[in-house]
Amino acid sequence: MRLFSGVEHWLDDRFHWADFTAPLEKKSVPHHKLSYWYFLGGMTLFLFFIQVCTGMLLLLYYRPGANEAFESVQYIMTRVKFGWLIRSIHSWSANLMILTAFAHMFSVIFLRAYRKPRELTWVSGMLLLFLALGFGFSGYLLPWNTLAYFATKVGTEITAQVPVIGHPLMIFLRGGEEVSGATVTRFFGFHVALLPGLATLLIVLHIGLVQYFGISVPPGVEERWKSSPGEARNMKFFPNFFLRELMAWYIALGILGALAAIFPWELGVKADPFAPAPAGIRPEWYFMFMFQTLKKIPSKVWFIDGEFLGVLAFGLAGLIWLLLPFFDQVGHGRGRKYIMGAAVFALAYMVTMTIYGYMAK
Amino acid sequence: MATWQNKRRTLLCGLCLVLAMCACVASAGAQTTNNCLVCHGALDPPFQVTEDQFSHDIHSQKGLTCASCHGGDPGRADMDAMSKAAGFRGHVERSQIPEFCGRCHSDAAFMRQYNPSLRTDQLAQYKTSVHGQRLAKGDTKAAVCIDCHSVHDLRPASDPKSRVNPLNIADTCSRCHSDTAYMKPYSIPTDQSVKYKLSVHHQAMVDRGDLSAPTCSTCHGNHGAAPPGVGSVANVCATCHVFQAQMYDKSSHGEVFRAAGLPGCVVCHSNHDVRHPTDAKLGTGPEGVCMQCHSPGDSCDQARAKMLADLTQLDDAIKNANSVLAVAESSGMEVSEARLGQDQARDSLTKARVTIHAFQPKLVEQDIQAGMKIAATDLQAGKDALKERDYRRWGLGVSVCFIVIVLIGLRLYLREIEAPSK
Amino acid sequence: MEKSEPPAASTQRRRFVEFMLGGGFLASAASFLYPVMRYLIPPKVVDLGADEVVAAKVGELKPNGYKIFRFGSRPALLLMTADGEYRALSAVCTHLSCTVQYRPDLREIWCACHNGLYDLNGRNISGPPPRPLEAFTARVRSDEIIVVRKREA
Repeated sequence: MRLFSGVEHWLDDRFHWADFTAPLEKKSVPHHKLSYWYFLGGMTLFLFFIQVCTGMLLLLYYRPGANEAFESVQYIMTRVKFGWLIRSIHSWSANLMILTAFAHMFSVIFLRAYRKPRELTWVSGMLLLFLALGFGFSGYLLPWNTLAYFATKVGTEITAQVPVIGHPLMIFLRGGEEVSGATVTRFFGFHVALLPGLATLLIVLHIGLVQYFGISVPPGVEERWKSSPGEARNMKFFPNFFLRELMAWYIALGILGALAAIFPWELGVKADPFAPAPAGIRPEWYFMFMFQTLKKIPSKVWFIDGEFLGVLAFGLAGLIWLLLPFFDQVGHGRGRKYIMGAAVFALAYMVTMTIYGYMAK
Repeated sequence: MATWQNKRRTLLCGLCLVLAMCACVASAGAQTTNNCLVCHGALDPPFQVTEDQFSHDIHSQKGLTCASCHGGDPGRADMDAMSKAAGFRGHVERSQIPEFCGRCHSDAAFMRQYNPSLRTDQLAQYKTSVHGQRLAKGDTKAAVCIDCHSVHDLRPASDPKSRVNPLNIADTCSRCHSDTAYMKPYSIPTDQSVKYKLSVHHQAMVDRGDLSAPTCSTCHGNHGAAPPGVGSVANVCATCHVFQAQMYDKSSHGEVFRAAGLPGCVVCHSNHDVRHPTDAKLGTGPEGVCMQCHSPGDSCDQARAKMLADLTQLDDAIKNANSVLAVAESSGMEVSEARLGQDQARDSLTKARVTIHAFQPKLVEQDIQAGMKIAATDLQAGKDALKERDYRRWGLGVSVCFIVIVLIGLRLYLREIEAPSK
Repeated sequence: MEKSEPPAASTQRRRFVEFMLGGGFLASAASFLYPVMRYLIPPKVVDLGADEVVAAKVGELKPNGYKIFRFGSRPALLLMTADGEYRALSAVCTHLSCTVQYRPDLREIWCACHNGLYDLNGRNISGPPPRPLEAFTARVRSDEIIVVRKREA
C-alpha cells in the first residue's frame, strides 16, 4: 500500500493525478437490499476482459480457413502448453458472459434502472448485448467442427428470411452462397476486429454514461429515502464496493478454472460439408429459444410463411426491446406495467423454450 | 362342350372387336403398333400381359414388341394377329424356352445392335449347368430362363426390383431350392437359403449395402450354375480371400485336405452359413474346429493353443488400452492420436488372424508382436493422459487455494476498513 | 459495537490481513501468469497443419517402391513409379477401410482384405472397392517430399 502511494505521488507531480482520481473518490454506490444486483454489470465487463486476454493468446496459434482452423485448435488443445486451459476458459467465459449480460439486462428492467435520464445507457447496453450474441455466433464457427458448421448453416439460412435484404445479408455473412472456408475467414474478421472495435466504443460510452448519471436506485427504495433522508445509505466505490466486486471476480476466476479443468471444451470432429447433417444439430443455448420457436411455428400461419413470421416477430421484439425506456411513460404509468409484464413474459418464454429445446430430442 | 367353346370363342371375338375399335381410335397416332396388349391386357392369367407390366420390361424399353419374340402380326387387332403364317408362336414349352430366348441372346451380331457389351454365351453356359443338363434329360422342373429372369416384366440386373439383382438373387434361387415339396425328387438339402441368411456375406449385402458381397451366383455361377467341386471350393473362396487362400495352399492342411478330397475352406468355415469367425474357432469349446480332427495334447493341439493365446493376448491388450483411453476421453483429454494407433493395432490383429491359415505359430507371433508394441504405446498414451488430467486438477486445486486465500483476505480487509468507522 | 482493543493489536491484525491479502494476490497472480508464460513459448513440434505433411526424404524411396505415412488422422501412401515420379494417395480402401499397399509386381495398388485393385491414379479397377482413392499432390522441396491436400478457399 505504501508502494501505491509512492506511485500516486510520482504521477500527481507530473499529471495532476489527484484531479483525475478525485471524482473516483467521490463515486458511491447506493447500499440497500437489492445492491447485489449491481455486481452483474461489472461481472460482464470482467468476463469481457477475460475474453479479450484469452482471445489474444489464442490468436498466437489459431489459423482461420477451412484447411487449418480445426487442426490449429487441435494443436492448441494438445500441443501448446496450457493451450487447453486458455481455450476452455475462452469458451466457458463466453457462455458465462452472455449469461451475465442477460441477467444484467433483466435486472435493469426489474429494478427500473432504464428510466429517465438513463435511456441511452439502456440503448448502448442493448446494442452491447446484440454484439455479445454476434461474438458468440461468429466465434462458435471458428473451430470448424461439424456442430459449428451446421449450426452456422442453419443460423445464416434464417437470416435469408428477412424481407428484401435477407438474401444479400446471408451472402454477406457467409462470404458466398454456402458456408465454406470463406465464411470462417469472414467470421474471424468479425470476431477479432469488427466486433471488438464496435464493442470498445460502446463500452466506453456505456460506462461513461453510468459514471455520468451515477448508479440508479430502484423506485421503491428511492421513495423511502426521499421520505426519510436519514435512511439513505451509500457505499464508497473505492475501495469498499470495488473490493467486494473483486471478490466476485475472484470467485468467477475460480469457477472458470474449475470448468476448464474438469469440463474442458470439446474439440469435435472436423467439418465435412459433404457429409449429411448429424442428428440433433442445435445452436448454442443462448439461441435455443429462437431456434425452438422457429421449429415449432407451423409452416403456414394464415397465408404468411411460418418461418418468415417468426423472424419478423423476433426482429420486432428486438426493436421494441431496444427502445424499451421510451415506452415507460406511455399512458401515464401504464407503460411501466406493460414493460414489467413484457419482461416477465420474455424471461419465462426464453427459459421455457430453452429447456424445451434441450428436452425435445 | 362344343357350344360352350363356341360361346367362349364368340365372346372373345366380340370383346376383341369392341376393344380393337377403341384401340384403332386410340392408337391413331401410336408409333409401334402392339395391339396384342389391347386384348391380352384385359384377359385373365395365364393369358394376361398388361401394358403396365410390359412397360417395365427391358425388351419393351428397347423398342421390341410381343411379335419380336412370339411372331405374329401386331398390326392386326383381331385373332388373325396370331396367325401361324406370320410366324406366331404362342405358348412355348418349358423345355423349349432356353432355345427360344437363345434365338436372339446367343446371336452376337443381333445383340450388338442393342447392347454390344452384353454376353452372348448364356445358352452355352446353361447347357453345362445342372439345370441345363437335367432339362436336356427331360426334367421340366429344372429352372429355365423365365424362372429366374421372370417374363414380360423382365428388368435388367442393375434394377433393384429385378429378380436377378444381387440383393434379390438369394430369394430367387430359394423359390425352388427352399421348397421342400418341390425339391423332393432331388437328393440335395433345401436349407441353403436359411443358412445363407445367417452368413456374414448376406449381412454385408443387407446391412452394409455392399453389392460386391457374394450371393448364390457368385460361387455357383449364374447361367452355368453348378456346385463347385470339392477340389475347387478353395479356388472360389480365393477370388476374394486371397491371402488366406495363398497361405492355406502352401500349408500342411492344404496338402492333406487335397489328398483326402476334403472341400478346403468349407471344412472349418462351412459353405452357406459362413459366420464371422471368432477366436473361439481356435478354442476347445463347441465352436472350436481343430478338435474335429486333432487329439488333445498332440503337437497340433499345442500349436493351436499357442496361436489362440497370442491372439487373446493382443485382443486383451487392445481392449485394455481402449478402456483407459475411454476414461481419458470422458475426462476431456485429447487422445485422437492414440485412437489412430489403436486402429493400426487392430489391423495387426486382423493380419494375425489371416496368418492362422498358414498354420505356423511363429508367423502368427510375428504379427502379434507388432500389434502388441502399438497397443503398449497407446496404453501408455492413455495413462499419460490420465496423469495429465490429474496434474490439471492438482493445479486447479492450488489455484483455488490461492483464490480462497484472497477471498478470505478481502473479507477480512473489508471488515478492517469498515468496522472502526462507527 | 466497538471492541476496545489495544491499538497495537489492531494494527498487528491489520498488518496480518494486509500481508495475507498481498500474499494471496501475488500467489494467485502467479498461478494465473505461470500457464500464460508457458503458453507463450511455442512447442517444439511446429505443426504444418493437416493439409501438408513431410512424407519422406529424397532418396528414401526406390523406383517402384512405396511408403505408408500419416496424413492428418489417416494413413496415406507415397509411391515412386518406375520412371521416378512421385504419387501420393489416401491409403484407406474405399471398401471397408483396410490399409492398402503398393504391389510392385502388378504396378498397381492392392488391398489385401478382399483383393481390391486400384491404378496409380487411385481409380478402382477391380474387386469390391466402390470408389477411387483420394489423390494428393506430391512435391519435392529441397530434400523433402511434401504431400499436399487439395486446397479449399
